[in-house]
Amino acid sequence: MYTFLGIDYASWWFLVIGATFTGYAILDGFDLGAGAIHLFLNKEESRRLALNAIGPVWDGNEVWLVIGGGALFAGFPKVYAAAFSAFYIPFMLFLTALIFRAISIEFRSKEPWTWWRNWWDVSYCVSSIVVTLTLGLTLGNILKGLPIDEQGNYQGTTLDFLNPFSLMVSITTLSLFMMHGAIYLVMKTENRLYAKLTIIVKNTTIFFVLCILLLSFYTLLYIPHLSHRIKLNPWLFFVPVAMVLVMANITRSISKRKYRFAFISSAIIISLLLIIVAVELYPNLMLSSLDPRYNLTVQNAASSPKSLGIMLTVAAIGVPLVAIYTTFVFWTFKGKVKLDEMSY
Amino acid sequence: MDVEILARIQFAFTIAFHYIYPPLSIGLGVNMVIMEGLYLKTGKPIYEQMARFFTRIFALIFGIGVATGIVMEFEFGTNWATYSKYVGDVFGSALAAEGIFAFALESGFLGVLLFGWNRVSPKVHFFSTVMVTLGSMFSAIWIVVANSWQQTPAGYHVVGTGLNARAEITDFWEMVFNPSSVERMLHVWLGAFLSGAFLVISISAYYLLKKRHVEFAKKSFTIGLVVALIASYAQLFSGHEAATVVSEYQPAKLAAMEGHFDSSAKADMYLFGYIDKKNEQTHGLAIPGGLSFLTHFDFKAPVTGLKSFKPEDRPQALNIVFQSYHIMITCGMLMIALTTVGVILLRRKKLFEKRWLMMVFAWSVFLPQIANQVGWYTAETGRQPWVVYGLLRTSDALSQAVKANQVLFSLLLFMFVYLFLFTLFVFLLNRKIQHGPGFHHDNDESEGHSPHLEEMAENFG
Ligand code: HDD
Ligand code: HEM
Ligand code: HEM
Repeated sequence: MYTFLGIDYASWWFLVIGATFTGYAILDGFDLGAGAIHLFLNKEESRRLALNAIGPVWDGNEVWLVIGGGALFAGFPKVYAAAFSAFYIPFMLFLTALIFRAISIEFRSKEPWTWWRNWWDVSYCVSSIVVTLTLGLTLGNILKGLPIDEQGNYQGTTLDFLNPFSLMVSITTLSLFMMHGAIYLVMKTENRLYAKLTIIVKNTTIFFVLCILLLSFYTLLYIPHLSHRIKLNPWLFFVPVAMVLVMANITRSISKRKYRFAFISSAIIISLLLIIVAVELYPNLMLSSLDPRYNLTVQNAASSPKSLGIMLTVAAIGVPLVAIYTTFVFWTFKGKVKLDEMSY
Repeated sequence: MDVEILARIQFAFTIAFHYIYPPLSIGLGVNMVIMEGLYLKTGKPIYEQMARFFTRIFALIFGIGVATGIVMEFEFGTNWATYSKYVGDVFGSALAAEGIFAFALESGFLGVLLFGWNRVSPKVHFFSTVMVTLGSMFSAIWIVVANSWQQTPAGYHVVGTGLNARAEITDFWEMVFNPSSVERMLHVWLGAFLSGAFLVISISAYYLLKKRHVEFAKKSFTIGLVVALIASYAQLFSGHEAATVVSEYQPAKLAAMEGHFDSSAKADMYLFGYIDKKNEQTHGLAIPGGLSFLTHFDFKAPVTGLKSFKPEDRPQALNIVFQSYHIMITCGMLMIALTTVGVILLRRKKLFEKRWLMMVFAWSVFLPQIANQVGWYTAETGRQPWVVYGLLRTSDALSQAVKANQVLFSLLLFMFVYLFLFTLFVFLLNRKIQHGPGFHHDNDESEGHSPHLEEMAENFG
């Protein structure tokens, strides 16, 4: 057995992937959320400011998705293959939406015409929402379990991914990102736009709280396998408790106008939610609804220890580097957004 | 049509579309580094203007490159699940390294490159330009390593059998430096430098024809021309190296490239021609023994021909391989000729007066594009019927769970979306070129009352 600090390589890689997707959700989460609320801003200047608030960083944020996908491919090729061929149609929609989102941001301000800008605003907002919803849908289905056979091949129909639980996860993800994005924008803006955004922050926070409560009750009642581990290990209750506390802190920071705290809090909420997901799934990566023996697990889906060892080395060198220059970029663009001649 | 054909068409279509942009990004990046470097060195505003102008064009290209690249990353899983399981252990580490080392570098610094002009010092900005360019060159390394491993596998062993077989890595560096990766990496980089350089040349030639921004255009033309001259000669040697590797490791591909059937005979090198697949003959104008000479330095040496391979082990689309290969070489030769003439006339100070030549240069942007595309067609179609050469057949590599109508749906979707994207790209590129290197005005109309703009106007006097 290849282990490091008593944990086997495959589980380390599970942690790496978990951390990557958490990073992705926190970082791209705010620009997706900013996109989802874009149409609530109705002045041209507000929209431009909102776009430029994410302008220099959204592409770097999206790279975490690429890294996560690559890490999944590298560490658990069977899961990569099973998941992506199972979610064929939602994934194609997801990819199309990602394309439209990227070009909407890039192209919107390239022409001055109103119709042009309006069209790209709508496209930006809709594609941000579709990306978020399909991500949530995928997460929901992974949590619920999929009809996959011994070979990891999907046996369900094209539309099986639309089920109540997954739809609820999907909407909750949207509400979470909207809140997260609104808080980010508030942090980056001033004057009238700032005032407008504080209202949006309040509304999206309420929306998120409603969604997460509904989802929690539904899960406890209908998807018992998802609260199994917490019930067995009561100390894990600290996670939901921490979440309630942090949530309370968001509302508090917002009423005190300490938006940076609110932003950190909503980032913590995202992390905690994903920690719950990881805790409940581990050591499974994909649950088979046909037979638990077909579950793809950290052990039976992993690449060879040799390969994992190489990749852990790559990650150990690469991640600190990425952290350094991500910090540099965010630091360069710190403070409130200003428009200049290179802006969108 | 069956799933296999559809999935192959889809993959080919999406990657070929993606591959319009990466070479432009990489090549333009290199040119921008030179321009900004000159600005730092000389302090002349014209070089700053140049760097800024081409950065705006770069942003457009890069944006579409990223959007279409993400599709590629997931397509391995959606369409080629069996392939992904087979190669994941080996190939995955290259993709993961690409994400961490390369994409994060380019996308991170891209923000500073595009928006940082007034926020960081010129030196830091130059540093960001270099980082973005290096990042895009690194990303090419990992993806080409992965593809080269598929062409000439090394540093692995196969475990399991049947549907559960997969390649496992035994030696990382042997995998990275597999027999074809270095040669192909250089070839791809040079191809990218040519794409970028000819874009600069073409835009400058257009301005010269229209007598707009003349000083600017002469300077940028010269930069592009020098890069292109060096890269086009280097490409000839690098292409030869690539062909040597093919002759050693993929003899069936080499035979298809020149339409050579008979293993006991010397092999010719065609200038143009076509393959008569039914009668197993090739017609056209050829240098007798040319291929024998290139591979063995002997005009009479025999070269392995297609007849030595069982029909099911030969590439099927012989004419695609053959024609693609010859078009690539033709484009390469034309570029050598053009850049040579260009430099000679430049030294005699007659270059910019020759309107017909400027016309040719304005259209020349297509030469490297075509060569890059058909180069990949040669490499990939010639690899058939294997997805991993000698190990895994393309027909076995498909996703079991995916149905033909799903692939058809997504293929049509991508065709539609990409057509739209391409139209927009051409439209906006044209607008950017028409607008020229002057001060960027296109936001002013709607923002007349913005306090920030007034502030800015003051700063800029
Ligand atoms: C020779 C270079 C080359 C080749 C053969 C490919 N790419 Fe590419 N790719 C790049 C060179 C590149 C680049 C230069 O790094 C890009 C292109 C446009 C851009 O401006 O960045 C990029 C972008 C890009 C992105 C977005 C990265 C980001 O968010 O910054 C992804 C996920 C991929 N590519 C994935 C792929 C895959 C899976 C390929 C093969 C099947 C592939 N690319 C072929
Ligand atoms: C370097 C990264 C690349 C990788 C890893 C890669 C991998 C693949 C894979 C997995 C397939 C599908 C299976 C098959 O048909 O063999 C394929 C097919 C193909 N690719 Fe690539 N490819 C790469 C780059 C490119 C580029 C840049 C182009 C063109 C511009 C290209 C052109 C094609 C074509 C034309 C096919 C279809 C070949 C056929 O089915 O006959 N490839 N490639
Ligand atoms: C001038 C003479 C040239 C020769 C003899 C040549 C030779 C070759 C050969 C043999 C291959 C196949 C390699 C393989 O399958 O592994 C190839 C591929 C390729 N060529 Fe060329 N080439 C030439 C010019 C060019 C030019 C001018 C460009 C672009 C501007 C170009 C771009 C490419 C690309 C992108 C590929 C696919 C990637 C690869 O396999 O390396 N080539 N070339």
